[in-house]
Amino acid sequence: MPYLIESSILAGHIPTLKGDGFYRQTPANAKNYLMKVIGIETSCDETGIALYDSVSGAMFQRLHSQIKLHAPFGGVVPELASRNHIQRTLPLLDELLSEAGGGKGQIDGIAYTAGPGLIGALLAGAAIARSLAWALNRPAIGIHHMEGHLLAPLLAAGDKPEFPFIALLASGGHTQLIQADRHGCYQMLGQTVDDAAGEAFDKIAKMLGLGYPGGPEVSRLAETGQPGRFKFPRPMVNRKGLDFSFSGLKTFVRNTIASQTEKAQTLDRQTIADICLEFETAVVDSLTIKCRRALRQCNTPRLVIAGGVSANRRLRQKLTEMALQEGGAAYFPPPDLCTDNGAMIAYAGYLRLASGARQGNEISARARWPLTELRPPRQPETEHL
Amino acid sequence: MKLLGIETASDACSAALMLGGETLQRFEIAPRRHADLILPMVDQLLAEAGISASTLDAIAFGRGPGAFTGVRLAAGVTQGIAYGLDLPVVPVSSLATLAQGVDADQVWAGFDARLGEVYWGAYRRSSAGLMEAVIDEVVCAPEAISDGGLTEATGIGHAWLTYEQPLRQKLGSRITRILPDQLPRAADLLRLAEALVAGGELVTAAEAQPIYLRTPSWR
Ligand SMILES: Nc1ncnc2c1ncn2[C@@H]1O[C@H](COP(=O)(O)OP(=O)(O)OP(=O)(O)O)[C@@H](O)[C@H]1O
Ligand SMILES: [Mg+2]
Repeated sequence: MPYLIESSILAGHIPTLKGDGFYRQTPANAKNYLMKVIGIETSCDETGIALYDSVSGAMFQRLHSQIKLHAPFGGVVPELASRNHIQRTLPLLDELLSEAGGGKGQIDGIAYTAGPGLIGALLAGAAIARSLAWALNRPAIGIHHMEGHLLAPLLAAGDKPEFPFIALLASGGHTQLIQADRHGCYQMLGQTVDDAAGEAFDKIAKMLGLGYPGGPEVSRLAETGQPGRFKFPRPMVNRKGLDFSFSGLKTFVRNTIASQTEKAQTLDRQTIADICLEFETAVVDSLTIKCRRALRQCNTPRLVIAGGVSANRRLRQKLTEMALQEGGAAYFPPPDLCTDNGAMIAYAGYLRLASGARQGNEISARARWPLTELRPPRQPETEHL
Repeated sequence: MKLLGIETASDACSAALMLGGETLQRFEIAPRRHADLILPMVDQLLAEAGISASTLDAIAFGRGPGAFTGVRLAAGVTQGIAYGLDLPVVPVSSLATLAQGVDADQVWAGFDARLGEVYWGAYRRSSAGLMEAVIDEVVCAPEAISDGGLTEATGIGHAWLTYEQPLRQKLGSRITRILPDQLPRAADLLRLAEALVAGGELVTAAEAQPIYLRTPSWR
């Protein structure tokens, strides 16, 4: 099924995204007008492929998760991930194109995740993406994975955030507060000094014998938890600045689990649920306090939350309330676009390609790539298709 | 017949274009720069030949064994081009390509596979001048290699640099000479590919998959 996004985009026009640095409406005959962009995401353990149609706003997508493949090893095995991506990418793309109808001839551009991530996995997607674009004589562009996450809230139905905004990027590998002045202009306000928020969820889940990824599991169990039974620390909230830390909380939970198992051989369901609730609340509180601080410090009313952890319901609720109290609003990706996916890459690629960004035929990928190194895409008048 | 060939399984990055009897090649020893070089090389070849990619009949690639990332790059580039242009694909052994490039009729070809092992094959030249495998390619310790029944042969590939001692011990005086610096070249790959095309050994774009021989270590 196509994933249809509500869109204010007018047929025949490059979309005008509001706020500084976004594109002004451009006539349909502009040379850099792009309609359909493929997105290829292979930075870690999901192969995500999408087709974004900028005119209709339709998003078709396919996702293959490697969770089962890596499960026996207790973590992602990079070489296995790369091998899987090189097998899955093309069949998924082919399926997607048949579903969308119109074949590969309809492709106007190709975006792929160029980093950060596992280098072998990134290169698998990059090689296919850039070579296919070369063969089709269409432009290809390497996209920063976290810019993909950051722009995913623009794919949500309803209100979309305008620049400038504050972004909380919370995923399996990142927990960052970013000041997004305009598309491609990002300043780091703070980040985790140890574990990422999603990683903390995953580790707690492991301690409790729950499955991977831990976030959804912990969050589901927390719903039946009883508040007040445990009291975990709210990390870093008394510390100045906008950095995060989750390893102290993790240790605290580990000790709690240890003392509970001393009392009773195994943890009963209720105890697990109570721990999940208090852990989740502690993480959410800590994230919320820092986000509030960031909004005040930057005097910006808009808060964007993206990355896998932004799927968390309690977090969504808390941050929405907080942003309202601060006289602003919080924006989230559609629930299925919080974790890794091809759609966010297709969209981020579309935005850059449509504004004229072009790259050479080098198949480029970077395992490490600070988001703050990004620059705004070239403006339409300086580059042509 | 117009054939494009890509070989990136070793420290060498090369691409070649076969047009009837003539073959053009780009070849560079460029460790870790293959991803940057390969598509520009293909572009240069097409420009030099004055043909468009859409007139190609098939694309051949070095499917390994060899460096995982390099072999995967060749597979990925081949998939993209073949899918985009509706071309059939010819997977060719990177070890056979290495063997094809030496002026000898019998060859023991080996890449250093690290971790104390070699990717290994034994080849005999056919009457048509093409190298044919006499044993299945394997990854194994140099002490465990098979001579494939060859009475004497040329040793080729960087396995002969790292493991000269154990290989000499195993094969002794049957080694006629050793060429450890030789690397696989796309032009030689195309010689083998031409015959495979004639034999109908073609696969689809999605089937352009590496042959690794080795299962990955956990981390
Ligand atoms: N409902 C949820 N509550 C909390 N955490 C969640 C929830 N859903 C997913 N997560 C967490 O999100 C993470 C996965 O998100 P994502 O796919 O964006 O991360 P990643 O791609 O592995 O990391 P990165 O984007 O930093 O490279 C996991 O750690 C998972 O536990
Ligand atoms: Mg991610």
